[in-house]
Amino acid sequence: MNLSEFLHMGGYAFYVWTSYGLTAVIMFLNYWLPTRREQQLIRKLKRLQDSKSG
Amino acid sequence: MWEWIIKFASPMHFYMLVNRLAPWLGRAAGVLLVIGLYGSLFYAPADYQQGESFRIIYVHVPSAWMSMFIYMNLAVAGAAGLIWKTKVSDAIARSCAPLGASFTFLALTTGSLWGKPMWGAWWVWDARLTSELILLFLYLGYIALQSAIDDRRMAARAGAILALVGVVNIPIIHYSVIWWNTLHQGPTISKLDAPSIDTMMLIPLLIMIAAFMCYFFALVLVRARLEIIEQERSSKWVQELVLQQPGQSV
Repeated sequence: MNLSEFLHMGGYAFYVWTSYGLTAVIMFLNYWLPTRREQQLIRKLKRLQDSKSG
Repeated sequence: MWEWIIKFASPMHFYMLVNRLAPWLGRAAGVLLVIGLYGSLFYAPADYQQGESFRIIYVHVPSAWMSMFIYMNLAVAGAAGLIWKTKVSDAIARSCAPLGASFTFLALTTGSLWGKPMWGAWWVWDARLTSELILLFLYLGYIALQSAIDDRRMAARAGAILALVGVVNIPIIHYSVIWWNTLHQGPTISKLDAPSIDTMMLIPLLIMIAAFMCYFFALVLVRARLEIIEQERSSKWVQELVLQQPGQSV
């Protein structure tokens, strides 16, 4: 099986790759968004602490 | 055993537990995903009836499985919050909702992308599809409720009650393909004694489900940890934790 045959997915390329792509995007966002929010929160709390302690 | 559980119901110990567990669960999810994807796209042979389009099963079934599994976690964590009033269980329940909604959405969209070439329709009002759509609305209702109520305790209680009432939908989704004779195909793996799927197709599916499970547990813990830090921001242990963080203060 060569690459173009593989990408072609027996004529179902659109359906198969959209399914896998959508899954990848949504699973990535579910990882990235909370991780980023946590870093931002800790940075914010650190700033607050620094400004309090002078 | 009980002492251990009670200990980790305290926000600080829960935080420490997550720090230890989440990276390992994340790594396990990554490794399983790589193996599972290889199995899904290369190892498994094409279906004799559906051709290559059947490969959608490897994202569709794990997503659908997770949509129901996460809902049960939400309901159990919500019930635990109602009974013991523990902050950690409320945080876990709230953290389940966006993950569950995401997987329900994926189950519906990948199902639609599979239905179009196989059934000739993006959507049919079949019992399985309709009950899964109701599950999505339950998740969205739960999320809306959480953002509508300012008081965290109240929001958690109201959400838990909604989640518990909605549990009735789970067996309906599961048995819908047996109770009603519809377009959606019957169960593939739940009859473990005699699965109606070839072993070469089944193994990647089981690996993908395991990968999605590890992914969910890692991220529900990370989300709950974020909730806990937000709630406990003025407590001494969070203040100390923030101090230990690397990075220059501005």
